[in-house]
Amino acid sequence: MTTIAVHGGARNAVSDSLTMIGRSIRLSRRNVDTLIMSIVLPLLMMSLFVYVFGGAIDTGTQYINYVVPGIILLCTGYGAASTAMSVADDMTSSMIDRLRSLPIRSSAVLTGHVAASVVRNLLSTTIVIGAAIAMGFRPNATVTDWMLAAGLLLLYVLALSWLAAGLGVIAKSVESASTLSFLMLFLPYLSSAFVPTHTMPSFLHAVSENQPITPVIETVRSLLTGTSIGNTGWIALAWCAGLLTGSFILAAWLFRRRTNG
Amino acid sequence: MIVEATGLHKAFGSTKVLEGVDLHVAEGTVFALLGPNGAGKTTTIRILTTLLRPDLGSVRVAGHDVVREATKVRGVISLTGQSVAVDDQQTGWENLVMIGRLMHLGRPAARRRATDLLERFDLVDAMNRRVKTYSGGMRRRLDLAMSLVSQPKVIFLDEPTTGLDPSSRTTMWDAIKDLVSSGTTIVLTTQYLEEADRLADRIVLINGGKVAASGTTDELKSQVGGDRLDLRFAAETDVAHAAALFDAPRGTDPLVLGIPSDGSAEHLHRVLDDLRIAGVPVVKVSSHRPTLDDVFLSLTTTDRTPARV
Ligand SMILES: Nc1ncnc2c1ncn2[C@@H]1O[C@H](COP(=O)(O)OP(=O)(O)OP(=O)(O)O)[C@@H](O)[C@H]1O
Ligand SMILES: [Mg+2]
Repeated sequence: MTTIAVHGGARNAVSDSLTMIGRSIRLSRRNVDTLIMSIVLPLLMMSLFVYVFGGAIDTGTQYINYVVPGIILLCTGYGAASTAMSVADDMTSSMIDRLRSLPIRSSAVLTGHVAASVVRNLLSTTIVIGAAIAMGFRPNATVTDWMLAAGLLLLYVLALSWLAAGLGVIAKSVESASTLSFLMLFLPYLSSAFVPTHTMPSFLHAVSENQPITPVIETVRSLLTGTSIGNTGWIALAWCAGLLTGSFILAAWLFRRRTNG
Repeated sequence: MIVEATGLHKAFGSTKVLEGVDLHVAEGTVFALLGPNGAGKTTTIRILTTLLRPDLGSVRVAGHDVVREATKVRGVISLTGQSVAVDDQQTGWENLVMIGRLMHLGRPAARRRATDLLERFDLVDAMNRRVKTYSGGMRRRLDLAMSLVSQPKVIFLDEPTTGLDPSSRTTMWDAIKDLVSSGTTIVLTTQYLEEADRLADRIVLINGGKVAASGTTDELKSQVGGDRLDLRFAAETDVAHAAALFDAPRGTDPLVLGIPSDGSAEHLHRVLDDLRIAGVPVVKVSSHRPTLDDVFLSLTTTDRTPARV
């Protein structure tokens, strides 16, 4: 009989996570609906905002230069919703029992989903930027600016993906996971993503100024268009780091609670 | 005892499923858990495999407590649940290699193991197809193969052959026998009493949240009575006559008399001789061995139909 190293610390934890990441990426590559959505949706949103709404919105600059970060975050929201759905799908299938009966840290299941989510977001973000440039987006950013923007977006995507994973864990079905993710899709509209917040009624203005999406968008926008950031960058960073920590802890806790019948 | 469960209680809300179940499984044996639908077989298996916590009671598997040392238990067991647990969007090969990696086999070892298992379960031709294109039987075979990747000490199988055709079932039984001969312990549940009869060293029958009977198949069968000779006569008067001769109670069929027997030819001779001497003509003689079905029915049906004629 082969002996198997069972409780072999960090190295196994990393290899388990890598295996589960490989699985989730394979699964999402083969889930045609989700894949098409993460490619088509960015294109659709870009065209809609630039050609349909854009002409009517005055932002003081070329609208396309204004709206790109908003569309990236909007797509991130959709990406998160599909992450919540694929987690819920796993949680309600019998595969979760098999995975749980293996000697692995069970959070590796969620790690896999989150990593696949990041990869899907990378794809849609690249498409947004590519399409934007084709439509006349002219960023004015140094390599450092691009890297800072990418770093902040990565942090935001990670935070949102863990939050989505948590929602997927508490959802009783795939449908309810998609319902629960509604807020993540809705928040970008209540931010400075598409219109400057000072044009909103004062109540909404207060909401939009005090939610994470506005500072993230403002920061990315400033980085890409080469304008000054002020302290918005730090606010965005604090939001993302806080959100990431909170949702990671929450998701892991919910997972343990749900799976310890 | 490689699996020791004592005083298991489990309720879901107000539904009490287990109310004090004890199980002892000796290493290297096949242990079958029987019971009617809803008796709590799956619930028991889930507790033994660390997926569910008992409300009360304790379980040790290979010396480890299933609640406090779940990871250690998971390292030595494998589970094939009642419903198939495979990734539909991965190929058979990918599913198997993934499990090998998660059991911490190196990459080459995981691949070798996957190849062996695909051959053993007759899935080589389908190995590069996504599992969603597999037939039900193929999915079940892959499911079982996935449980054998790690060469576990104790294998839990919840209705492993439900839905398999007779030839796949035989393959499965052979696989189980192979495993046992290499020292593996098997805990299985089944709806097919023939399966338990063939494979199991010990059987526990649960009903109403408790152990209703336990023992070897022979012990259980002798619990519902031993062998029996059924004598068929042409007329009821003959039956009455024979009943008086052997001091046997009449059964439900007016033309048949059942008398206890030890199953030997000797006893059959004596019975027929006695009847000939008494001048009672017999039409037909059949001998009846109690089956596990008799045991199952007599212990699980509440309005008992007489098990003996
Ligand atoms: N998660 C759950 N929540 C509520 N009730 C449950 C749950 N799991 C099982 N039950 C109930 O517990 C009882 C026992 O179920 P279990 O699945 O253990 O039976 P079983 O013996 O495996 O039956 P079968 O032969 O049909 O597979 C049933 O009445 C079932 O409805
Ligand atoms: Mg069951």
